[in-house]
Amino acid sequence: MLSGERKAPVDAEAVPSLTFDPVTSSQHEISDEIAEIHADSPRGAPLLDFAPYRSTRLRHPTKELQLVDPEGAELVAPVFGHSDVDPVESDLTVQRGGDPIGERIRVHGRVLDGDGRPVRRQLVEIWQANSAGRYAHQGDQHPAPLDPNFTGVGRCLTDDDGRYSFTSIRPGPYPWRNHHNAWRPAHIHFSLFGTDFTQRLITQMYFPGDQLLALDPIAQSITDPAALARLVASYDHSRSEHEWLLGYRWDIVLTGSHATYLEPSDD
Amino acid sequence: MTEATPGQTVGPFFHHALAFPGDAELVPFGSAGSVVLHGYVLDGAGAPVPDAMIEIRQADASGVVPKAGGSLRRRGAGFTGWGRCCTDAAGHYWFSTIEPGLPFFAVTVFARGLLDRLFTRIYLPGAPEAVDGLVASREDDGRLRFDIHLQGPSETVFLKYPRT
Repeated sequence: MLSGERKAPVDAEAVPSLTFDPVTSSQHEISDEIAEIHADSPRGAPLLDFAPYRSTRLRHPTKELQLVDPEGAELVAPVFGHSDVDPVESDLTVQRGGDPIGERIRVHGRVLDGDGRPVRRQLVEIWQANSAGRYAHQGDQHPAPLDPNFTGVGRCLTDDDGRYSFTSIRPGPYPWRNHHNAWRPAHIHFSLFGTDFTQRLITQMYFPGDQLLALDPIAQSITDPAALARLVASYDHSRSEHEWLLGYRWDIVLTGSHATYLEPSDD
Repeated sequence: MTEATPGQTVGPFFHHALAFPGDAELVPFGSAGSVVLHGYVLDGAGAPVPDAMIEIRQADASGVVPKAGGSLRRRGAGFTGWGRCCTDAAGHYWFSTIEPGLPFFAVTVFARGLLDRLFTRIYLPGAPEAVDGLVASREDDGRLRFDIHLQGPSETVFLKYPRT
């Protein structure tokens, strides 16, 4: 059985001492909790211990991460090639023989490392809800229609300039059971690799102007507004196509590579 | 250094996108020289985490980290040294692989309720200079066992690197 976010939170049931019932928290209470945490110094990476996202309670480490120098396999990302990914996998609108319902979009951009270098010929994986806000996943029981022409799953390899591009359908927002009347902003999940294994990233791309972003405890776990803004795509009219689709641009910056990095030396 | 794009949780709905046939078999299960690396992902109450995903990266038996393509499909590729496993309803993950010629498997952990990926290492039993607590145990049948505790008294040591 998959534990979907819309089912009763298993985490809460396992801990009788929990002082709140997550599903009955109001948006107002969640927003107050978010504001209180944001009053502390902002952080560019998501807080792992972020109670407004209720499922984090028993799933965040409590000890400091231990600093180590990367070695061996940590210095080398897995390698993918054209045998791994068919070019058609980057077009989510043609996978099932019919046109999916919704607003056709293209999302494109570059994958860069922390030093601004393109990440070349590397795997990008995406998944998303359909235009009605439902995933083609057995764990998603939200009573919105499935689209037989849309799986919401795509892959591509970046080119020699680090560029990626997907054609898809704009995903819908959807409800989840974090609290009463909780809605996820529309988003596309992205899975990325760099040149080092330590650059591994899974994140979510949001759309500009989405009023749900400010209410969403997953997005707001990034307490630095400038950092959260890096998850929001920009509308790109130069990539919209006449009578066909709307363009969005979203660049992704991974952490720094260690392979070519020289430790600062004191002597 | 340019500011990095922040991570976000993998969420609950990743299986149909990220799982693929043979993803956990870096070498075919039961093949000569193979070993099973497995364990459970557990939360702070000791409950299984049925919606986690583990990835491993490793050297081959001679200590070389492979840089050949084909890590996803492995269609006739040699050993690519990377694998992925979504936990099952019991929170269990497993890989069929070989013992690396370097002392540890590099590991990333993703889960619903986990807002960013976690890094750790799984050292081979008897590895010199292993990080405390990150050594797999050898089971009677030869399998390597390593449980991942996201929280709690047995919380796994998670790692960060100078540039992350």
